[in-house]
Amino acid sequence: MKTGRFGDYGGQFIPETLMKAVKELSEAYEYYRNNADFQKELEDLLKNYAGRPSLLYYAEKMTRDLGGAKIYLKREDLNHTGSHKINNVLGQILLAKRMGKKRVIAETGAGQHGVATATAAALMDMECKIFMGQEDMERQALNVFRMELLGATVQPVTSGTRTLKDAVNETMREWSTRMEDTLYVLGSVMGPHPYPTIVRDFQRIIGKEIKEQLMLAEGKLPDIVIACVGGGSNAIGAFHEFIEDTSVKLIGCEAAGLGVDTPKNAATIANGTVGIFHGMKSFFCQDHYGQIAPVYSISAGLDYPGIGPEHAYLYDTGRAKYVPVTDAEAVSAFEYLSRTEGIIPAIESAHAVAYARKLAPTMEKDQIIVINLSGRGDKDVAAIARYKGVALHE
Amino acid sequence: MSRITKAFENKKAFIAFITGGDPDIETTEKLIPAMAEAGADLIEIGIPFSDPVAEGSVIQQADERALKNGCTVDKLFDMVSAVRRKTDIPLLFMTYLNPVYVYGKEKFLCRCKQCGIDGMIVPDMPFEEKDELSGECEDYGVDLISMIAPTSRERIDRIAKEAKGFLYCVSSLGVTGVRSKITTDMGEMIRRVREVTNIPCAIGFGISTPEQAAHMAQLSDGVIVGSAIVKLIGEYGRESLKPVTEYIRRLKKAIKLCL
Ligand SMILES: Cc1ncc(COP(=O)(O)O)c(C=O)c1O
Repeated sequence: MKTGRFGDYGGQFIPETLMKAVKELSEAYEYYRNNADFQKELEDLLKNYAGRPSLLYYAEKMTRDLGGAKIYLKREDLNHTGSHKINNVLGQILLAKRMGKKRVIAETGAGQHGVATATAAALMDMECKIFMGQEDMERQALNVFRMELLGATVQPVTSGTRTLKDAVNETMREWSTRMEDTLYVLGSVMGPHPYPTIVRDFQRIIGKEIKEQLMLAEGKLPDIVIACVGGGSNAIGAFHEFIEDTSVKLIGCEAAGLGVDTPKNAATIANGTVGIFHGMKSFFCQDHYGQIAPVYSISAGLDYPGIGPEHAYLYDTGRAKYVPVTDAEAVSAFEYLSRTEGIIPAIESAHAVAYARKLAPTMEKDQIIVINLSGRGDKDVAAIARYKGVALHE
Repeated sequence: MSRITKAFENKKAFIAFITGGDPDIETTEKLIPAMAEAGADLIEIGIPFSDPVAEGSVIQQADERALKNGCTVDKLFDMVSAVRRKTDIPLLFMTYLNPVYVYGKEKFLCRCKQCGIDGMIVPDMPFEEKDELSGECEDYGVDLISMIAPTSRERIDRIAKEAKGFLYCVSSLGVTGVRSKITTDMGEMIRRVREVTNIPCAIGFGISTPEQAAHMAQLSDGVIVGSAIVKLIGEYGRESLKPVTEYIRRLKKAIKLCL
């Protein structure tokens, strides 16, 4: 098999100019993944800076209310910077540092990956530039200011649809002009090899902790693990530890926007076809001439027309299942979790909560669902108010 | 001898790039024979793509114009068939991999052969991934053009050895677009190629002035000019025949002096 493939998916479909950069990253990663010193430094950062392990919280009120399976929330929202993105970013920037880089660049959609990157860059003395679609900058104005507070430059992206995919294009373009001192810190399990593998490995800690924590609490494996899927990093992080445990069902929730049968959605598995884009062979929302489709979701973090290649493989082999969740369902779950448990989830994570709400009542009381709560919802409060037609004045 | 090989015979080749369907298919159909007539030795037709990652803003905007005006791969094939009746100039498609993959690789290459496309340049398919298309290209007699870049170094040998048609030597880091200066040591890059093969080498990315073209032609077997032409088309739209052919004549003259 070729390098960096998950079945036929994955690969390294990038311009020749960038091959040097991804090869250099591959080699560095191969070396440091087994380097005790590196791993120790990363563990230390995860524990003392990011606040790991994150809690596995038994959502008792939600469980009682839904009247079926027991529900646990993996609280990635409690990490420093408010989402799972920090797990990957600390790993990649530590790697950048060992590689002798002085500068990191990254794309961001919701701004969570941008904020995490800017944070770790501040901590590790790296110059930092974040590319963000103009439309996302408007949707997530607070996160733009957070990144700037952290010392990063935020570069608005005005090409194409002015959202996450265009931010990825622009970051790749920038990297191809300057790679000597710069590492592209990619935010999800996508892009050319080695990113899907590197990001997965840095996110696997989520599933490892779930397994240990649930073993302590319940003495058994979960029946279902549910996560939202944009590019797929929090989902693969939660799933990976359970792939061999075939009794555990793995469910990814895609953003269906206004509905999978409308043009306004970002449900890649439901509506996409196989293609080659952003460095990888995978599923993409596209037309029959292979033009990438403009996608839509209320959640900027899920507003991406592709999915990571390992998810494409898990889907093909039937090991994981992918379901669409609409804006309306996600907003309802956002409010539900806030009121029921006093936890405001990221609108991305609310997609996973929404599907769990449907599933739990159909299951037995001794069964267990773990929802990966990938992030907290503070960043979304203004957008949800807008959605509901509430005017906010700060 | 293939049409591509002939384009380099006893001369420095002038390779001109335009985005297909920019601003519309009719204009492209008129431009190609006129450019050939004005002295282009080979023409690259860019297939417009929604997300041209290797392109700078000039060609990005051309792709947007073409797509907005309804350009599709099928329309481009029909246009090329019509053009082929008027000119024998070698024609290449420059395309990202996805439009080919989604159209169906076999069907795409079959239509290339039928309408007289001589070669393909796929900027997001590096050496390691070229199996994705090389079999189909070979089956239909379409040269799959390889690229080397300033960062290629020890990769050059491997890439050059398996190159078909000509070798596309990228002059600068980054994306397409005109540059005031080319800082890469192109002479050195081409010397490395020459150690393993005699395939013609053409230099592209950043070239816009007659002086740059002449200088690059001295170091190689041909020059590729894209953004400078596409910029004229962006400016003059359907009326770009005259400015484009005038520009091509000027560059061709500068290159000719290098023989
Ligand atoms: C809280 C949160 N969850 C999920 C995602 C989606 O990314 P992924 O699918 O890679 O986990 C994002 C992306 O911005 C996010 O901020």
